[in-house]
Amino acid sequence: MSLLEVEDLRIRYPRMGRLRAALKGEPHGFEAVAGVSFEIEAGQTLGLVGESGSGKSTIARTLLGLKEAASGSIRFDGQEITSASARDWARLRREMSMMWQDPVGSLSPRLKVSSLVTEPLRIHGQKAGRDEATRLLGLVGLPAEFAGRYPHQLSGGQARRVGVARALALDPKLLVADEPTAGLDMSVQGEVLNLLNEVQKRTGVAILVITHNLNLVRHITDRMAIMYLGRFVEQGPTEQVFGHPRHPYTEALLSANPEPDPDSGRARIRLSGEVPSPVNRPSGCDFHPRCPHAQSDCPRIVPDWTVEGERGYRCLHPL
Amino acid sequence: MPETNETAQPETLVSVRDLSLDFDTLSGPLHALRNVTLALPKGRITGLVGESGCGKSTLAYSLIGLLPGNASIVGGEIAMDGLDLAHLRASEWRKLRGTRIAMIFQDPMTSLNPVTTVGQQMLDIQYRDRSSRAEKRAKAVEFLEQVQIPDPESKLDVYPHQLSGGMRQRVCIAMALLTQPDLLIADEPTTALDATLEMQIVDLLKELQGKFGCSVLFVSHHLGTVAELCDDVAVMYAGEVVERGTARQIFHDPAHPYTQALFECDPGRIREATRELPTIPGTLPDLRRPPRGCAFRARCPHAWPRCADEHPPLYLRDEGHDARCHLLDETEAVA
Ligand SMILES: Nc1ncnc2c1ncn2[C@@H]1O[C@H](COP(=O)(O)OP(=O)(O)OP(=O)(O)O)[C@@H](O)[C@H]1O
Ligand SMILES: Nc1ncnc2c1ncn2[C@@H]1O[C@H](COP(=O)(O)OP(=O)(O)OP(=O)(O)O)[C@@H](O)[C@H]1O
Ligand SMILES: [Mg+2]
Ligand SMILES: [Mg+2]
Repeated sequence: MSLLEVEDLRIRYPRMGRLRAALKGEPHGFEAVAGVSFEIEAGQTLGLVGESGSGKSTIARTLLGLKEAASGSIRFDGQEITSASARDWARLRREMSMMWQDPVGSLSPRLKVSSLVTEPLRIHGQKAGRDEATRLLGLVGLPAEFAGRYPHQLSGGQARRVGVARALALDPKLLVADEPTAGLDMSVQGEVLNLLNEVQKRTGVAILVITHNLNLVRHITDRMAIMYLGRFVEQGPTEQVFGHPRHPYTEALLSANPEPDPDSGRARIRLSGEVPSPVNRPSGCDFHPRCPHAQSDCPRIVPDWTVEGERGYRCLHPL
Repeated sequence: MPETNETAQPETLVSVRDLSLDFDTLSGPLHALRNVTLALPKGRITGLVGESGCGKSTLAYSLIGLLPGNASIVGGEIAMDGLDLAHLRASEWRKLRGTRIAMIFQDPMTSLNPVTTVGQQMLDIQYRDRSSRAEKRAKAVEFLEQVQIPDPESKLDVYPHQLSGGMRQRVCIAMALLTQPDLLIADEPTTALDATLEMQIVDLLKELQGKFGCSVLFVSHHLGTVAELCDDVAVMYAGEVVERGTARQIFHDPAHPYTQALFECDPGRIREATRELPTIPGTLPDLRRPPRGCAFRARCPHAWPRCADEHPPLYLRDEGHDARCHLLDETEAVA
């Protein structure tokens, strides 16, 4: 049994008011996540990458109980959490922790850094004084003098470290990190990632990292899943996926990672066509209108999930 | 890669000279910018990179007059067409902002109003335009299309929190483009975007820049993107510009030990997957008491006594390429 087991998860959002939808004769909701399955074992890191707006953060919000699932199952440590009671959540919230996408906005502007890093402890009724704040700040490489600052007095990177300290305060079993190093310079990014790695080795915390940073995924994840329009198009061991992407969207995404060299001139696959909307899904394969390898059956047939060893993909004509 | 002729001297749009800026804090003034000198050439894209907290955003904000209340410019000037942006009145700023100078922020919610629909905000930003409401609306849709927002018509009616992080940023970019500025400041605009979209935005910025000939200041930690997009690059460390040059000069021949260390940390350069990523040991110096000599000395593998005593000036490395490091002092090489 894995620590986290997600099966056929579906999540909906309202698109417009019911009345307007009725007047326009359109559905008022849409599936932002349309059937996603994955597992994470203790001590493992899964990287979730993919198109902006494809539903990655929505999955994170649902895992943390902040957004309801429309259907499907999420088992955490053997317990079904889509039907968990408020009391269960009090415990679950201690065992799952979140690092948010937006570094400064997710910190309450009226609290000092010292209160911010110890807030998770206090919420769960634990004592947390100055020493604890200093320890947590030290853990993320911030000098103790930062304890007295307010969020707006931090640089983007400093705010991010405060977020890491908060997420680690409760010693969670699962850490969901939404863009944990966006806005950090390369050196600090390395520090945060080494820090997460070290904590993982020490505590066996499982990590779900959501990111657009392909370099980060390549270095720190065991497995990766690639999302497009609310579904996984491919999933597998990171090395295998980078070595030989099977889905054309994965191939295009990986080819878009620019080299730090003005003369690299690497050939990129530029995706043409409009980014589709989850409200009006294309027929057949979700990716066919933009796929450089699309064939005549792609607009007609919805591809199944194909399993091949440790990996899987959703494509009629895999690479 | 930019095809601009690298030796021709382009005209300067904005010239930052010896700019120094302090933040007033409870424990005394924090010297966030120290003698920053930087020219933003017309029609070129300048990349600004450097350690978190080194003052990139502060420099960017000072170019658009959006500094927080506890900031004060204590020296230097920012010259643009005979104006000194370092000493403008609020009323003068209102005339420049959103017409000649526009900005895209690191955090899209900084420029989006959470309680107003996207469409309303895109109409509001065109308030100087005399065209009809319907025309403004059409223009808003057109620019949302430009930044590849799916179903743009319906997005006019949503509130910012109903969009994904990347879509919010694209809305901000669309809003900045709408005003067709001379100077576009982009503070990590692609941080929240996926790689294919990031490259689309990079292409879009290039295209716009070619079309309108505007200058762009592009702040980013993604060295690959900077290499791809920028004509020139400035590297900051602890409130100073420590190296300037063309993108080729900086990426192929980094002269400052900080720039070299920064590049070595880039996981994009490391071929073999590793969990132990390189970092630069040590931390930024306390900006309330910046060191007397070289700011990078405490972390520099090459430091020698001169670095502790004497603040390095910008030494010329090459035509158009200079760096604040005594290693580049020719008299040292002779000794
Ligand atoms: N509160 C909401 N109400 C309605 N729609 C929403 C809401 N939040 C997100 N959405 C929509 O759901 C889809 C998925 O959004 P989500 O934030 O999960 O994307 P993401 O993959 O995290 O993208 P990014 O990489 O840009 O952060 C998008 O189409 C978005 O517009
Ligand atoms: N309002 C403020 N009051 C006091 N100090 C501030 C304020 N704003 C920023 N600072 C400090 O000034 C320095 C420069 O901050 P700035 O935001 O410009 O950094 P940055 O280079 O943009 O960093 P990042 O890459 O993390 O965004 C930092 O040390 C920061 O803590
Ligand atoms: Mg997201
Ligand atoms: Mg910044």
